[in-house]
Amino acid sequence: MLLIPCPFCGPRDEVEFRYGGEAGIVRPKDPDALSDAEWADYLYMRHNPKGRLEERWFHVHGCRRWFTIARSTATHEIERE
Amino acid sequence: MRYSFLTLAREALSGHRGWRPLWRDAAPRGRYEVVIVGAGGHGLATAYYLARNHGITDVAVLEKGWLGGGNTARNTTIVRSNYLWDESAALYEHSLKLWEGLAEELDFNLMFSQRGVLNLAHNLHDVREGRRRVEANRRNGIDAEWLGPAEVKKLCPPIDVSPTARYPVLGATLQRRGGVARHDAVAWGYARAADARGVDIVENCEVTGFRIEAGRVRGVETTRGYIAANRVGLVAAGHSSVLAALAGFRLPIQSHPLQALVSEPLKPVLPCVVMSNAVHVYVSQSDKGELVIGAGIDAYNSYAQRGAFHVIESQMGALLELFPTFSRLKMMRSWGGIVDVCPDASPIIGKTPIENLFINCGWGTGGFKATPGSGWVFAHLLATGEPHPLAAPFALERFSTGVLVDEHGAAAVAH
Ligand SMILES: Cc1cc2nc3c(=O)[nH]c(=O)nc-3n(C[C@H](O)[C@H](O)[C@H](O)COP(=O)(O)OP(=O)(O)OC[C@H]3O[C@@H](n4cnc5c(N)ncnc54)[C@H](O)[C@@H]3O)c2cc1C
Ligand SMILES: [Zn+2]
Repeated sequence: MLLIPCPFCGPRDEVEFRYGGEAGIVRPKDPDALSDAEWADYLYMRHNPKGRLEERWFHVHGCRRWFTIARSTATHEIERE
Repeated sequence: MRYSFLTLAREALSGHRGWRPLWRDAAPRGRYEVVIVGAGGHGLATAYYLARNHGITDVAVLEKGWLGGGNTARNTTIVRSNYLWDESAALYEHSLKLWEGLAEELDFNLMFSQRGVLNLAHNLHDVREGRRRVEANRRNGIDAEWLGPAEVKKLCPPIDVSPTARYPVLGATLQRRGGVARHDAVAWGYARAADARGVDIVENCEVTGFRIEAGRVRGVETTRGYIAANRVGLVAAGHSSVLAALAGFRLPIQSHPLQALVSEPLKPVLPCVVMSNAVHVYVSQSDKGELVIGAGIDAYNSYAQRGAFHVIESQMGALLELFPTFSRLKMMRSWGGIVDVCPDASPIIGKTPIENLFINCGWGTGGFKATPGSGWVFAHLLATGEPHPLAAPFALERFSTGVLVDEHGAAAVAH
């Protein structure tokens, strides 16, 4: 089980959180201007790296806030600033 | 025939010293017509059908570890074809039909056991969805039955069907032709048959890059040197995104841990496969007597082939909800695999943005059952450059056309 550092509540058990996947995916400003391929790229395509991943977590059973951490998908190690 | 009663008797009498390795330990050559990346069940089946159906034997299967050591060796081996949508039903049923003759064709005991698969319904929605799926399956020529709670109890006595249960069993779909198979044997059987037809199986050979010229793949860089190829097929399951990134494109895939575990061996107690999406556990009994138990993925992306304990705890809770009688059972081993999860819970089989580079992935938590069919259609693609009709709906373009094959919403998914 991961010990996830919530920036608001401190380190808490993984069971208190919901996973949000890859961070930094920005909704296009003007979706109508995109081609189907560009829209699919935003909606579905992901980096899914083996190694460092910046990802979103939601502290659903705590402060109910979203935040971003960097974690290795190869070792599960979480980076601390 | 390599395996018969006669050969078995002869070897038994001579101390089993006459068995030969199932496949050669091939050293990679500098060039092949087709290179397949990944020697799991799907990659090996692809190689076999390339040789058998298309006469193409100038083929190498490259494997970074040992043959069949990925999800092939880690899955809970449930085989069925009762998917909702026509596209999936056709593909998985083609696969199930191949399973039915496979042990004989490969001359290898796959321990394929069509003991029936129950998908339980625990609420009104499950019941409606299950009955609808039974009708859809029948219209697609797939055997499917709807059972009430008493019939479920009759078929599978240890299930608790009492109406006072927290998640009462309100009925179930049954596919009698579904069942389980010996996972390792499938990989070994295909490997031996492909090797016998001249395919090189190269273990400890990791693909680390691609040589791409003018948008067309020319070969692969590996830990055992450069290998040129006219066509390259990626069948790397959980590592598909890593290979796609090396070739310069992205996939709609997320890699997640999926865990499973087995109990101590018991006398025969569970006559069929039982799956429940609502309480979320899947269980069957192996020929050794162990209960083989699985459930859902760990939530986060990972390549670490392990998951968290709380996921196992919740699937044990689900198991005891259905089978209170298993409460004193000890669990022996647990493990994890890395599954390639696709947004619509359907595979991706088709072309990539790179010419002559093809991909077969996204089988996620449920690709073991598809091993023969997946190899069959992917061999067609690698041999002809065009998708097999059964595979055409599963191309990567469906994510931009929007024509998804949404088996998530259709329940009865996973495994
Ligand atoms: C716990 C668990 C339970 C499951 N239960 C079921 C079930 O009951 N029924 C069902 O139908 N499915 C089930 N599945 C899913 C099923 O196991 C997979 O969909 C299927 O095995 C994937 O295809 P494969 O066998 O070819 O994959 P794998 O056996 O994983 O083969 C992929 C191979 O590619 C190799 N590879 C990766 N990268 C490289 C590289 N760079 N170079 C060379 N080689 C590389 C890997 O080492 C691996 O051997 C389950 C999976 C898990 C993990
Ligand atoms: Zn918090």
